[in-house]
Amino acid sequence: MKPAPFEFVRPASLAEALEVLAANPDAKVLAGGQSLIPLLSMRLAAPGMLVDINGIGELSYVRSDREGVRVGALARHAEVEGDARAREVQPLLGLALRQVAHPTIRNRGTTVGSVVHADGSAEIPVVLALLNGRVAVASSSGRRDIAAADLFLGPMESSLKHDEIAVEAFFPAIEHDAGVAFDEVARRNGDYALCGVAAHVRVSGGRIVSVRTGYLSVCDVPTVVDLTAAFPDGVVTPAALDDAGDLAVAALDPVSDIHASAVYRCRLVRTLTRRVVVAAHEHAMSRVGAEVS
Amino acid sequence: MIGEKVQRVEDERLLRGQGRYVDDLVPGALEVAVLRSPHAHARIVELDLDPVLDVEGVVAVYTYDDLSGPMAEPLPLLIPHPALTQGRTQYALAKDEVNYVGEAVAFVVAESRYVAEDALALIRVTYEVLPPVVGVDAARRADRLVHDDVPGNVAARMEQSVGDAAAAIEAAPHRLSLDLTVERSASMPMEGRGTVARWDPDTKRLHVWSSTQTSTGLRAAVAAKLGLDLVQVDVITPDVGGGFGVKIMHPWPEELLVPMAAMALGRPVKFTEDRREHFISSAHERGQVQHVDVGFDDEGRLLGLSVQFWHDNGAYTPYGLIVPIITSTQLLGPYKPRAYSVVFESLYTNTVIVTPYRGAGRPQGVYAMERTMDAIAAYLGKDRTEVRATNFIQPDEFPYDQGLTFQDGRPLIYDSGDYPASLEKLKALVGWDEFESFRQEARASGRRVGIGLACYVEGTGVGPYEGAHIHVETSGKVKVAIGLTSQGQGHQTAFAQVVADELGVPFEDVEVTTGDTRRMPYAVGTFASRAAVMSGSAVALAARQTRAKALRIAAEALEVSEEDLEIVDGQVQVKGAPATKVALGTIAVLSNPLRYAFDEASKLATQFTVGDTSKPPIADDEEPGLEGKDFYSPERSTFASGMHAVIVETDPDTCEIKVLKYAVVHDCGNLINPLIVEGQIHGGVAQGIGGALYERMAYDEHGQLQNASFMDFLMPYSTEMPATIDIDHLETPSPLNPLGLKGAGEAGVIPSAAVFASAIEDAEGFPIHAMPISPSELYDLRLQHGHEEPS
Repeated sequence: MKPAPFEFVRPASLAEALEVLAANPDAKVLAGGQSLIPLLSMRLAAPGMLVDINGIGELSYVRSDREGVRVGALARHAEVEGDARAREVQPLLGLALRQVAHPTIRNRGTTVGSVVHADGSAEIPVVLALLNGRVAVASSSGRRDIAAADLFLGPMESSLKHDEIAVEAFFPAIEHDAGVAFDEVARRNGDYALCGVAAHVRVSGGRIVSVRTGYLSVCDVPTVVDLTAAFPDGVVTPAALDDAGDLAVAALDPVSDIHASAVYRCRLVRTLTRRVVVAAHEHAMSRVGAEVS
Repeated sequence: MIGEKVQRVEDERLLRGQGRYVDDLVPGALEVAVLRSPHAHARIVELDLDPVLDVEGVVAVYTYDDLSGPMAEPLPLLIPHPALTQGRTQYALAKDEVNYVGEAVAFVVAESRYVAEDALALIRVTYEVLPPVVGVDAARRADRLVHDDVPGNVAARMEQSVGDAAAAIEAAPHRLSLDLTVERSASMPMEGRGTVARWDPDTKRLHVWSSTQTSTGLRAAVAAKLGLDLVQVDVITPDVGGGFGVKIMHPWPEELLVPMAAMALGRPVKFTEDRREHFISSAHERGQVQHVDVGFDDEGRLLGLSVQFWHDNGAYTPYGLIVPIITSTQLLGPYKPRAYSVVFESLYTNTVIVTPYRGAGRPQGVYAMERTMDAIAAYLGKDRTEVRATNFIQPDEFPYDQGLTFQDGRPLIYDSGDYPASLEKLKALVGWDEFESFRQEARASGRRVGIGLACYVEGTGVGPYEGAHIHVETSGKVKVAIGLTSQGQGHQTAFAQVVADELGVPFEDVEVTTGDTRRMPYAVGTFASRAAVMSGSAVALAARQTRAKALRIAAEALEVSEEDLEIVDGQVQVKGAPATKVALGTIAVLSNPLRYAFDEASKLATQFTVGDTSKPPIADDEEPGLEGKDFYSPERSTFASGMHAVIVETDPDTCEIKVLKYAVVHDCGNLINPLIVEGQIHGGVAQGIGGALYERMAYDEHGQLQNASFMDFLMPYSTEMPATIDIDHLETPSPLNPLGLKGAGEAGVIPSAAVFASAIEDAEGFPIHAMPISPSELYDLRLQHGHEEPS
């Protein structure tokens, strides 16, 4: 478990990092390293060069305003999780981050790194997709934004080009009439989930107007399903929750692996969908109620 | 001090990271990487090493063709058995065939492990891939063979019986049959295997440090395989980060190849196994398929028990039949079967070898027996504890002869125990009689709970012998050497307690050295829950010898009779007149007629006159020095026992299985240190929870291990453990050894599969016949039994 030889550079500025990256098609960006280093050690990846961006202090930030939470490329999961303003602006981020692996991994792993690693079993890509967030990417030829809907192409495959670095992820703020929830089932505390679900529910005049859920570990890519149609009367009933489960299962493609069968994962989709929709609905109602009073 | 909860003196050093493990030793040694077979079954057609030889930093590459003499022979079959008619062992490096993914093919020595791994990637091997045999079912079908010359893949078939079980079952009022399976798991110590060796060309001595459970066994193997005299080889076992059985298997190929390369290259060479290698090249255990037929009366009393099982021994049988023999004998537990027959086949598969892992075949045997007990109770509608109590051997029936031959070739005779008392303690501890009301309460709030129990008897302290050497310094400090190794069990603490009591010295003055063949060349090893029983007894005997000699010399020096003396706090003193005394250190000086006054103790000694001047300074039957050395060799094993109960909650929606309460009643005879025993139980229970609910070796049909990392092989974290493990001790001393001890090392893990199957079955209301069990599998069972609609 020793990596194959590679060159190592640690640029002091983003501009320098982008230049090095453009000049070395065989290079990989190293941020928190929680996925990349094991891949290197097991020689499942053998890039010719590592561009360590940990020296670029300007990328280490969490900024929140009324629009949403902006997370710089070097912000660790633990920093985002511990940021009170970020939790207030978009509570879903904190709820999901708590489920990302273990504290030691969250202390080092970066939230933006998790997004661009594009693992269909990871929490943060699902949150970004459900919230219709985006990432800002930079290359030596300029900057662009990629909407979450255009980001995740396949298992561990994002639409970033080789010479691009994701410099920031943007998670939109929770709307005044919305509620969110997150839940997952894992074999052990901190493991990759067998199934995980994030929910976003909006209400108006005491009735549900929108129900959307995002799923991890039951599809190759983070998958968002609109369940609003299951709630035609705008209320949460056992029958509506069953229908929501049907809609969700129909939109997903769980597979069997050594930890769980596909049918069991379908069962988890239904159970967790029910739980998070109920929780997100309650959250929305409490927020709207608080607003009124 | 024996029996006291003495804090482990090892822990501060180990917890501060000051342990010294094999990989910490001999810095600058050359490092090794091993090319391992990527195929479960293949012929090696061609090996091309040319691309490697020019790699900068590569010092040597070895393949089978480079081996000579005994090294070119197959590795030893450690424990032959007449029933093992088709024993096979691998070569240190594969000769022309590989039989599991991970089998060693080539051995690269380089300036660093990095370079060595770079070199592995350049070795070109052409394989002719053969169809693999994976799992017990495929082995039994035998439409493919692991070894061409082993028909039916059967390494051994062994049968034992007492009475006519078939006839008894036939005649019994009630009969049941069960088909059961247990999957593979493995020891998984924190530290993997590791060996470093240095050849001293001036003294012609080989120094080997290995992360092993037996330094003496390894020493003999290295000497034999490398053509050295035993006295030319020292094997030293430093701190070892866990063993759990995988390191009693020896010699591993690397344990021979490393010293061989060190001698050939004239430079120290080190091998440090990484985790992936540990998964695919170190031993596994547990995998069995079982069939039970049982006949019983209206009370649930066993009338006849017939067990067949099929044991997956992996690709080779270097450790003989120990594991299935233990399963077949220890299956009986605390019960009287009245008539019993057991037959097993040990089967070859194209997977990693199977050798003892903590529990060593007992977890499987207990699982078969306890599943049977639960099935009888369910059939008769009786309480599960009642059926067990009906079948217990009673306290006045010891010694109890089960009429079988145990793993050590000796009769299976239980020495002592009190099973009814254990059961009463367990019921009280777990709240057995109050459980139904708890169940009703839980049910009312939509929760599903279940309770289970399992009983076991464990043969411990297996022979043939262990020894101890005690040396008292002129400073009064006491140096103890025992030959077996320590993997973190607390030998320093426990054996210092024994010496403190037996010799009468301060605990702090006792230093214990383990597993160094220079200090104690005759020893067996640390396995089979034997260290306390075997070495503890030897230490006690050696301490008594030392004490007797001290009293003899002191009596002469003080001119009193030996009977009037006692040793307190390192001083030999006259009973009732403690001012008349002489320090043990002074006696150490007096014991050695070569008495230059190097130190204060020697000066002090000159005031005493010892010895008759008309006789030689050393009497015929005496030796210089205040020392004692003795060996303990029991006529047979001593039998510890215990019972576990667990309360689980199974989630009606997600099928997650949670431990609400875990209770253990344990009887290992007299306790040297209850803190250490409870630590052993905690660790065992944790390992057992892993084996019951999380771990398995997920081989695919090609013989590839799909979960060869800690990401996918699920060892439980502290978060998966119950908040507490409730423990109660019963102490029925063993009559077989001087301190009345029984072993405790493996106990915690033995009943796990059985006790969880019992509790989950109780919670769910359908039988559990395969362990381990995951939430996904529990969901499948609910579907099968119509307790769920498919999603």
